[in-house]
Parts: sequence; structure tokens; C-alpha cells
Amino acid sequence: MNYKVNEKGYYGDFGGAYIPEMLYPNVEELRQNYLQIIAEPDFQKEFHQLMKDYVGRPSPLYLAKRLSQRYGANIFLKREDLNHTGAHKINNTIGQILLAEKLGKKRIIAETGAGQHGVATATVCALRNLECVIYMGEVDIERQAPNVARMKMLGAKVVPASSGSKTLKDATNEAMRDWINNPIDTHYIIGSVVGPHPYPDMVALFQSIISEETKKQLIEQTGNDQPDYVLACVGGGSNAMGMFYHFMDDENVQLIAVEAAGKGVSSGFSAATTYLGKEGVLHGSRSILMQTPDGQVVEPHSVSAGLDYPGIGPQHAHLFKTGRGKYVSITDEESLEAGLLLTQLEGIIPAIETAHALAYLEKMEFKAGDNVVVCLSGRGDKDLDTYIKYFNL
Amino acid sequence: MSLFLKSQISNLNSIEMNRIKQLFEKKKNILSIYYTAGYPDLIDTVRIAEALEKSGADMLEIGFPYSDPVADGPVIQASSKQSLDQGMTLNILFGQLKELRKNVTIPVLLMGYVNPVLQFGVENFCKACAEVGVDGCIVPDLPMVEYEEFYKGYFEEHNLSNVFLITPQTADERIKKIDSLTNGFIYLLSSSATTGKNLEVGNTTEAYFSRIQNMNLKNPTMIGFGISDKQTFDKACAYSNGAIIGTAFVKAIANGNIEQNVSDFMKNFKG
Ligand SMILES: Cc1ncc(COP(=O)(O)O)c(C=O)c1O
Repeated sequence: MNYKVNEKGYYGDFGGAYIPEMLYPNVEELRQNYLQIIAEPDFQKEFHQLMKDYVGRPSPLYLAKRLSQRYGANIFLKREDLNHTGAHKINNTIGQILLAEKLGKKRIIAETGAGQHGVATATVCALRNLECVIYMGEVDIERQAPNVARMKMLGAKVVPASSGSKTLKDATNEAMRDWINNPIDTHYIIGSVVGPHPYPDMVALFQSIISEETKKQLIEQTGNDQPDYVLACVGGGSNAMGMFYHFMDDENVQLIAVEAAGKGVSSGFSAATTYLGKEGVLHGSRSILMQTPDGQVVEPHSVSAGLDYPGIGPQHAHLFKTGRGKYVSITDEESLEAGLLLTQLEGIIPAIETAHALAYLEKMEFKAGDNVVVCLSGRGDKDLDTYIKYFNL
Repeated sequence: MSLFLKSQISNLNSIEMNRIKQLFEKKKNILSIYYTAGYPDLIDTVRIAEALEKSGADMLEIGFPYSDPVADGPVIQASSKQSLDQGMTLNILFGQLKELRKNVTIPVLLMGYVNPVLQFGVENFCKACAEVGVDGCIVPDLPMVEYEEFYKGYFEEHNLSNVFLITPQTADERIKKIDSLTNGFIYLLSSSATTGKNLEVGNTTEAYFSRIQNMNLKNPTMIGFGISDKQTFDKACAYSNGAIIGTAFVKAIANGNIEQNVSDFMKNFKG
């Protein structure tokens, strides 16, 4: 089975570039150039230099002893939370900003949910002195206030998206509208493995550094580069795709993707896309999305802004449909409890997105000696308000 | 439905059809009006069409609403949302269109996003269009390659023109390809923009319009996005077979009496 993108931009039944003509020239320019530019030695050199000296890579693979004790397996945490800006998102924005420069772009736009991608984008724009506009849903501006302040300090303009559920989907709509209206000098840094081809592939390539490092670190620490399980949370699916990337063809490694069940998968307040969704087109690609029988997109819900999205990237839809990946979901409450648990057992406050992946450990059954890698996609500083309210801290 | 009946219906459609083609053969300076189905009230779709034909519109583009209209500006976003909130679906719309065709004789195109069409089923959608007398479709986020590979057959079988957009950034090669794939008209966007931006015909826009005019395309062209008054309409007509007005019209019918609003609006374009 092939899990990578084909020459037409599809992963099995999913992918493609369902975009209005106004976006075609920009997306086509990217499609024609991204692989070649990324492969150029000077691009590679600069990318890896920045990853090392600016982001702080490689990120540690940490054997969490107390967590391991609790679950009776070796639980390794891939510490993307220790990256500069506090999440995996910067791996992608470094890659895309270098690409945008090569394409001669002068202005950068992005959508953000949790604000981590917005911060990571604003950061690389400050670094490279490019104009930066971030679209963010009004609801998210409120629940992720520290990240809004960070973006502003970094010199970005934060534009509220006030349509629909005022969250990530709506921010993405506004960013696409901006790109339509600025067809010449603007690059859109999409923050996850969603959007029209080549975005899902390009973002996955930049995030694949997560599993590339993990494999090396597993050999050093266990002598075997194949764990029994890898787990990651899925909003659009970029940290998960980075974590899965180099394990996709290792069929004995179980890939587990954790979606947000919100108040419960059947509560009407959920973002468990593979459970609730059907095949269709959202934000430029054919994938699985939450929708009415008439094809109108359903507003999702999750306590975690980064997972509060009614779709998943097309490659995830393919992994789901082929059965290569196992897609599960975790409720708001379960995730918050798991966040507190990690804090108390390991001294690490995770992002609420990440806490969804951790919460699924509670539901798994391990054999002694199982090796499990969880992508610790981000740190929880941005979520203190939500933790404080939930636990009455 | 029996095979016999089915072929009769599609025959019927093909005789009557090509209202679009007939229109372009007999008329210059075509005025096409876009409006959102089910707005301001769910049941207004038919009344608006009748009023528009009566006051001299040459062609109608009826928008079927979508929850996430990324190519639209605030006015059409709001009209789409209102229509959806009032319960509009493709099934309801096809019922209204059947009613509409009892009195309306000018060409009708449906315009909307691809996901509702995919859920309805592209084949079913084309069939339903033909049955109620729709002449063409504009689905901006249905890519040319997918159209050609998977869906073109259904559109052709049901005699539907599928209209593609081009912008000042669309390469000549691609325009030629679009010209070969379509058979209604080509929709020239005055600039790469979401709906509702004003048309400013500067030197670069003029150069772009002239470039297209000189390509000798087999299809006629209509200029759209940003046409709001007689002046911008006339300018557009100087370079094409006509123009499409959307946002300005949707704004004009937001409140008050439909017939009066339509007739007042259309007076701006006469004489
Ligand atoms: C820490 C963290 N993890 C995960 C996500 C979800 O995104 P993705 O599914 O693309 O990894 C986000 C998004 O904002 C995030 O901030």
C-alpha cells in the first residue's frame, strides 16, 4: 500500500486541489516548485541550521518513568513542546518562510486556532523581516489570549474572523479570501496538513523531522527503531503526520490518531471528524469532514482550539480509510484530566491539544516491554486560563 | 424512470436548451444578474427571477448557498447564511426552479460551491438541473482536471454549460484549455478578488481585457466581479459580450418590496 501523495496530488481517494481559479496561479506556482526548492542544497543547509540553532532541534525523546510505571509500558515523549515558540508548528513555518523567500513573496498570511501556528508564523516573519497578517477566530482570540499578545509583540497584525463558529475553520476561510485578494506578492503559510495539493505534502515533509529524529533516538535508547505504538493528536493533523511519516511503511508499528470528542462524540458538540464525518471537499481538498446531508459544513466543538476543526488532512483520511491508522477520540474532560496527570507525574504542562493524545493511554492495554511514543506536540502555557477554570486553581 | 421517458426529457431539454447560446447569438451588451436563492426570504427565489426578466435582465445566475463561501465577500456571505438559516437546500431550490420556469424564459445558471453538489451526487445534480430547465452551472471550486476526467460527461449529457472563471493572472495556455472545455461563455474576473470589490478599470485591467479580446476565443466572454452601475457596466461591455452584477444587486433587494427594488435597480442600467 502506498501512503504518499501521487503525481496528481491524491492519497487514494483524497486530496486534489479544489480551489477557485483566483488561487490557481499561486497554488500551481508552489506545486511546480516546492520539491525542487526543498531539495536544493542551500535550502537544506539553511533549514537544518535554523532547526538546530534557532528552534533547538533535535527535540529530546524522553522516557517518562512515572508515566511508564502507571501504564506498564515504556512511554516515550517526543518533546516538541521544547521547540522555540513551544510547539511543533515552527518546523513548518521555518520551511515555508524559506520557500516563500525563494518565490520572491513579500507578505505572509496565516490562519491560527490555538495561536501556536500564528505565533510560529509571526516569529519567522520577524526573523526574516516580512509583513505578517494572522487570521484568528473571535472565540479563539479570547481563549488563547497569551498567544494573541505574543503575535502582536512579534509585529503581526491579528485579524479576527467573526463568521460561523468563529474558530479555526472560519479563520482559514478568511485567510483564503485574503489570498484571493492579494494574488501577486503574498504567500499563505497553512498551518496543518490540510488545504489544496501541494500543502498537505509540503507540510508533512517539513514536519517529518519529528519521526526522522524519533527513529534515531529510539535506536540509541532501545536498540530498535520500531516502537509498538506511536500516538498523536489530530486537528488538521500536522504533528500526527510528522510523527507517523517515517513509520507509515513499518506495518508493525501501530499509528494512533486522537481526535477531539468535545462534550462526547454524539453530543452535538464534538470535533471527532472520522467518527462524525463523510467524504467531501473542505478548504481545497477532498477529505473527510463533518457536514449535513446537504453538504453544509457542521460547526465543530472542542475545548482545545487547535483541534476544533471539522475536517482532517487528506492523508489522514487515506490512513483512516485504508485502516493503516487507528482513529479514536477523547472528550474535553478526559483531556484536561490527562493534562493535569502529566503535570503531576512528570512536571510537564502539556497543551490541551496534546493532552488528548496522552488521555488515550488510559484506554490502551499494554504488554510489558511495549515501546510507545507520544508526540508531545506543545506546551500548555497558552492554556493556563482553561486549566485554571476547570480545576479551580 | 423508464429509459424512454428519460431520453424524451433530455431531448426536450436539448431542443429548448442552449438558451445561453441563443442569447449570445442575438444580443450584445448582455446584462446578467446574480442573486442568492432563498434570500431575503426563502420563497423569494421565483419572484426575483420574474421581476428581473420583466425589467430587462438577459440572464440569471442563481446562487445556491454554502456554509463556507471562500470566494465571496461579506454581502454574499451574509445572504448565503441567511438563506441557509431559513432552511434552503438543493432539493428545495430545484422545486423553486421548476416553479420559476413556468414564467421565466431567459437563461438560468446555478452558481455555488462543489461540496453540496458532491453530496447531492454530480450525476443527480446535472439531471435535476436539466429537468427544471437550468441551462448552465458555475462551480468555482470544481477544478478543470476533475471536471474533465470525471464529470464532463454528465454535464454534456444534460446539455448544461459549465462556465469557468479566469483572472488577470490566468495564463494564455490555460485560457485556451478552458475555452476548449466549455460551451457557454467564459467568466472574466475583472481582478483576482472575492465578490463585492469595486471595479477600477485602470491601464492594467484594460490591457488584460484587450489581451483576452484578441485571443479570438470560441466562447463569448462576460465580465464579472465589481460591476455595480451603468458606468462600470458600459466599460465592461466595451471589452466583452456583457457583464454580471452580483453584490450590488443583492444589497439592493435586502429590504423592502422585491418588485419595486428590482425595477428601481434595473432602471440604473437602461438608457
Ligand atoms: C500544541 C498543538 N498540538 C496540536 C495542534 C493541532 O494541529 P495539528 O493537528 O496540525 O498538529 C495544535 C494546533 O494549534 C497545537 O497547537
